Amino acid sequence: MLVDARLYLTSYVLDIVCLQMARDLQCSEYLQGLKKSLFSVHSIGENIKLLVDRPDGTYCFRLHNDRVYYISERILKLATNISRDKLVSVGTCFGKFTKTLKFRLHITALDFLAPYAKFKVWVKPGQEQSFLYGNHVLKSGLGRITENTNQYQGVVVYSMSDVPLGFGVAAKSTQECRRVDPMSIVVFHQADIGEFIRSEDTLT
Amino acid sequence: MGRKLDPTTYVKRGPGRKSRKQKGAETELTKFITEGDSDRFTDENSEWLKPAKRKREADHIDDDDDDDSDSQWEQEEDEEGEGQKKKGKRQLIENDDDDDDDDDDLVDDYGASEDSGEGEKEGESDEEVRQKKLQEVMDQETDDDDEEEEEEEDKDGEKSGDEDMDEEDTVQVNIDEMDTFKLPKAEDIAKEGVMLVDLQTIHQRIKDNVDVLSHFSTKREGGKDRAEYLSLLKKDLSTYYSYNNFLIDKLLEIFPVSELIDFLEANEIQRPVTIRTNTLKTRRRDLAQALINRGVNLDPLGKWSKVGLVIFDSSVPIGATPEYLAGHYMLQGASSFLPVMALSPQEGETILDMSSAPGGKATYIAQLMRNTGVVVANDASADRLKSVVGNIHRLGVTNSVVCNYDGRQFPKVMGGFDRVLLDAPCSGTGVISKDPAVKTSKDESDIQRSAHLQKELILAAIDSVNAESPSGGYLVYCTCSIMVEENEWVVDYALKKRNVKLVPTGLDFGKEGFTRFKERRFHPSLKLSRRFYPHSHNMDGFFVAKLKKFSNTVPTTTVDNGIVTTILVEETEPSGDVKVQSDSFDEEKPFKAGSKNKSKKQKPDGKPVVSQATANGKSAKSIAKKTQKNENPTVPKKAKMDNETEKVDKEINKSNIVKTDKETSKEGSRFQKKGDKQRKSHIQSKKRIGKNKFNKLKKLLKNEFGNEHL
Repeated sequence: MLVDARLYLTSYVLDIVCLQMARDLQCSEYLQGLKKSLFSVHSIGENIKLLVDRPDGTYCFRLHNDRVYYISERILKLATNISRDKLVSVGTCFGKFTKTLKFRLHITALDFLAPYAKFKVWVKPGQEQSFLYGNHVLKSGLGRITENTNQYQGVVVYSMSDVPLGFGVAAKSTQECRRVDPMSIVVFHQADIGEFIRSEDTLT
Repeated sequence: MGRKLDPTTYVKRGPGRKSRKQKGAETELTKFITEGDSDRFTDENSEWLKPAKRKREADHIDDDDDDDSDSQWEQEEDEEGEGQKKKGKRQLIENDDDDDDDDDDLVDDYGASEDSGEGEKEGESDEEVRQKKLQEVMDQETDDDDEEEEEEEDKDGEKSGDEDMDEEDTVQVNIDEMDTFKLPKAEDIAKEGVMLVDLQTIHQRIKDNVDVLSHFSTKREGGKDRAEYLSLLKKDLSTYYSYNNFLIDKLLEIFPVSELIDFLEANEIQRPVTIRTNTLKTRRRDLAQALINRGVNLDPLGKWSKVGLVIFDSSVPIGATPEYLAGHYMLQGASSFLPVMALSPQEGETILDMSSAPGGKATYIAQLMRNTGVVVANDASADRLKSVVGNIHRLGVTNSVVCNYDGRQFPKVMGGFDRVLLDAPCSGTGVISKDPAVKTSKDESDIQRSAHLQKELILAAIDSVNAESPSGGYLVYCTCSIMVEENEWVVDYALKKRNVKLVPTGLDFGKEGFTRFKERRFHPSLKLSRRFYPHSHNMDGFFVAKLKKFSNTVPTTTVDNGIVTTILVEETEPSGDVKVQSDSFDEEKPFKAGSKNKSKKQKPDGKPVVSQATANGKSAKSIAKKTQKNENPTVPKKAKMDNETEKVDKEINKSNIVKTDKETSKEGSRFQKKGDKQRKSHIQSKKRIGKNKFNKLKKLLKNEFGNEHL
């Protein structure tokens, strides 16, 4: 059975209702991890509501085997037929909780985060490959960056043709980026689509 | 520009002539050499030294070497008499690659098709040959190779009659006249086994053999029957293409000989790389454009597919472009498009893919449904599921559930799907080009094992389909194998065991499935299934069959001393409840023990069973099931266990056990079976039932059994 962790959003306040099934971990711990990673860093907090109440049905987040899955309720119902140890994946995996209950966003959440991203970074074609191999983005590869990006703000990285490539964290604010030398890092790499090949095993 | 050969000829030069190119040496030469002399040199060696002839077209060179040389030699021998002939022959035999032998344009010999039957190293005597020549040579020469002699001895009988004819034949060019391709004798074959064989000659021999077999009455060697040619062909094919004997035998049963060669050749080369556009994220046109910009050479796959692209060559690795990583396309074989196209899932349906790794078909299904409905992607192997998950996420599929069950358990876990796709694990004989190890590693037991598993899986798949689904009720069964045991036989089995029927697949190309094969006869609707071959469709060998389930009831059959009865058991629940169809003992194929799908059988033989089943009765109580006690000591299996391991549906009550007399039940049983089915021991797997129920049953049985004893 999946642990039911329903997330509501009211302007940056998260309210999680957990129904634990034979687990004695504290909900709040999960909450902390999720809050930090998903909602403060990547600031899609307000848009979570859009993710949950969609026109084609209600979606929800569920926790299973330390991973958070985003699924519609209809699928959830069907998935309850499957026993816990045999269920490998449902819907889309957003990320997982590490042993110390930090939440790591996976690249698989990209499709959902990208449309709601407030801060974006565009990478030049030459540097695209480098980012896809897991390297950080240097100033020399920076094509565009949205205005008013704060330092350590979660950003979504795009290629120049507007194909989302992954996420990262801005190493410098927009102002600083203008001034800094070409070899310094401007975006820390967090996840990129190259991981589909590089680390296929860890996706599940 | 050639140098002038004859300085005495003076070509006037001057304005206007300067622009004239000096002619090459050939033109100069023609002044010296007249046409008539071209056949022979003019010095004192002309008797035995012949000038090199122009080479014939390259592709005939190898094959025709000997033929050419032979015919050339023979011609000259004809002209020049016995002595020459002898020398020529000796020369022919001893010099494998004599240049002189290569050139012969005097007799345009397509009879290259006929080559010597044996000749490992030798192999060059022209078979069909001027038999008389050989005979003469045989007379004259005594210390030829063994093969030579044996060959001659072989031909002896045949030759004599044909001598006269052959002389005239020598100058003819038709293939028809070339007849006998000689079978090597046993010693030759043994010798070949020991010595290293020349693949070229084997290949030639194969071609000749096939030719003879195609025109057997005209080209056969008298006294040798077809089986000998066939056995030689089999041996050669195994050697040349590196197959084991079992597989060659099987393939010979499926294909006619000439097609077999095409098939084997096609298995040696790779099929073209194909990709499938992910229409959830992009369109084929845009994707093609983006890939072309990266330097990929591609084309649409064909009229039959709107999402396929075939890659001819590429300067970047196709599996690592940013478009691939962004999930715009998936690398998938062309044959894998077909079952999903046949399945044609509609939006909002619940689909099951029972054997989904690496996820190409499951994602195609999701893409066709536009992420609505649910796709359950199952696979028995946890490792391979990782790739399924990876592909699902990469391609942006959101309506999927991935699980790790053995497919045979499926109706128990979840049922009532609108459509089910079963791409059964198979022997892989259709994808030899991808995995050449199949050529040597498969044998009878592998095929039987696969077939057995497939039969179980197909029944499980059928049981998972909801026949009353408003838009569905279909099952597509496909394999990447060309063996009849794994394809038509399995489907035919399913037709007998369940209420399903074949429907057209919707694929308008491909060969029809077999309705009969060797000694087996399948249901005539099997011709609605489709077979695809590498050599005829340029995609991996494949088999697709689409079945429609028209009733949720599961027919069961029992055998009673030669009388077959049919029991209709209660039907499966269409919704997501657990459903297991009870199935009766199947004499034809004992289902494997422990198959959880099948509810165990009830009795078998012994007493006839009569049952009535209500049409749609959900409650078992309305169904009177008569089960028979296992009283027949001769039948070992009927353990009480059979009776105890009842169907999953708890409502069925053993209390309904009723003994019946030996009458067959008539109810429109469409599954009459012969009475003498072999009774194989059948280990029933125990269905899980509640503890109380179990105890109740036990008690019940004990009572009855106790009564009987008395």
